[in-house]
Amino acid sequence: MATNAVAVSAPRPLNLGYYARIFRKETQYEFIRMLRTRAFSLSVIGFPVMFYLLFGSSNRHNMFARYLMPSYSCMGVVSACLFGIGMGIALERAQGWLELKQASPMPRFAYLAAKTISCAAFALVIVAALVTLGITLGGVTLTAVEALKLAGVVLTGSIPFTAMGLLVALLVPANAGPGVINLIYLPMSFASGFWMPVNYLPHWLQVITPALPTYHLAQLALNIFGYAQSGSMLIHWEALAGFTLLMLGAAWIIFTRGEAKA
Amino acid sequence: MSATALIAEAATAAWPTPLSQSRTVARLHSVTKRYGQVTALDNFSLELRSGEVVALLGPNGAGKTTAVRLLLGLISPDSGSVRVLGRDPRDADARTRIGAMLQVSRVPEMLRVREHIDLFSSYYPNPLPTAEVLRIAKLEGIADQMFGKLSGGQKQRALFGLAVCGNPDLVFLDEPTVGMDIESRRALWDQIRALSAGGKTVLLTTHYLEEADMLANRIVVINKGKLLCEGTPTEIKHRVSGRRIRCITQLDPDFLTTLPSVVDVHQDREAVVILAEHPEKVVREMLLRDETLHGLEISAAALEDAFLALTSDAAQAHA
Repeated sequence: MATNAVAVSAPRPLNLGYYARIFRKETQYEFIRMLRTRAFSLSVIGFPVMFYLLFGSSNRHNMFARYLMPSYSCMGVVSACLFGIGMGIALERAQGWLELKQASPMPRFAYLAAKTISCAAFALVIVAALVTLGITLGGVTLTAVEALKLAGVVLTGSIPFTAMGLLVALLVPANAGPGVINLIYLPMSFASGFWMPVNYLPHWLQVITPALPTYHLAQLALNIFGYAQSGSMLIHWEALAGFTLLMLGAAWIIFTRGEAKA
Repeated sequence: MSATALIAEAATAAWPTPLSQSRTVARLHSVTKRYGQVTALDNFSLELRSGEVVALLGPNGAGKTTAVRLLLGLISPDSGSVRVLGRDPRDADARTRIGAMLQVSRVPEMLRVREHIDLFSSYYPNPLPTAEVLRIAKLEGIADQMFGKLSGGQKQRALFGLAVCGNPDLVFLDEPTVGMDIESRRALWDQIRALSAGGKTVLLTTHYLEEADMLANRIVVINKGKLLCEGTPTEIKHRVSGRRIRCITQLDPDFLTTLPSVVDVHQDREAVVILAEHPEKVVREMLLRDETLHGLEISAAALEDAFLALTSDAAQAHA
């Protein structure tokens, strides 16, 4: 018997419909799974909403009610991505589930895209909730265009923080995940003006602030409502793009190095 | 008729699967794989031919899972080659014809069994209908349960469902019955036999000789990353088992070891225990020479014990 004789019949060509179906189902089930995982969905949606009920509605009709709407939206998307992607992938990796998926014909792109889109969907829910609370309890007036722009910035923001979540998933062991992510995310939120304008922060902190990706996201969202610090918005887009590349590059290096060792 | 023809006939009689069309479906060729200081596989070769059920048998840490992960393209070998369905195992087209059941500690718990199967089915170009998968894997009553609510045996069945839902030609089952009770183990055996009856090529790993014996038409015994022996279940059992003779006799143990086909002699309280390939010859000799012999028992050597003896002997030989 020839050593290379193999049982191969030509596989059915995998067309666009096949990929579209995988992509749709993967995303649909990922979103359902996140929604049903209450520890995730309640905290990711609940925290910005609760914070706004506490601090937004108590500042009714002053600038803070209007300021906190975009800033808490940013907090929402960052936490959805870091916990959803970072914790999600770290857990599935530790449990061997990711390996089963990798052994299956699932395109890797679909796995990542499904998680990213699901987190972005959570971010949109958060924006919708905060805008609704802002209008009703905060006494904020905003145009439909402003609301759409906010949604757009927040959706774009899901990309750099998905990349960061990916890096976290590769670096942090699953059981240390929540602690490490909180350690990254809470100080970053504070120092980037998610909770109060940056110029209220201690001076030494204001020096560090421009180095944080969360700051640049916050500036883009705040700019829609006229609360950004002066200067061109282009630099913030550039900073986020650079940060995304940095995170993806680092994740890629770690992933391929791990694969070579495996 | 030649002896080989007889053996081949016996094999086909016992296993109706089409051995005649024995094309190589997957192979590991002199593969070595190290994890740091540990050599998981050492110059190991394995070939899977179309339609056969091969059991990779060995104790924990023998390198069984490493072999499966190599064949699935999850890891790459330090040396040697891996081919699956004529391709690199990382090839996406190859994967659409492969199903796998791996040792998964937890699965996403907040999806229903039916949803997991629907999702995995979508990865394959020609999947089985979900109802069919539920029937094959005996999941009909629990299709709408969340994965997190399933018992250990139910989880294994659901993972088996995920392995077969794409109607693959080649199925890898890594310790499929680990942690299952006897009843669910036997149920899963039936399902694996049904796969083989459907013409699938199956590689399963196990550390139970009984399981390999029940399911496989070829057993590959592996320990510490090395191939120990390979053959049909009958051949393997022949190598590892023999018979156990227990009796009370005045004959000298040193004399007993010289009797034909005796492998081992040891004292067990007042009796002597003899392991022999051909117990009839041994007993005939003993009865002729010792009229006081009594308390005679002849039993099959426990398969698992014999298997342990085989792997530990080999370990000593290699050391």
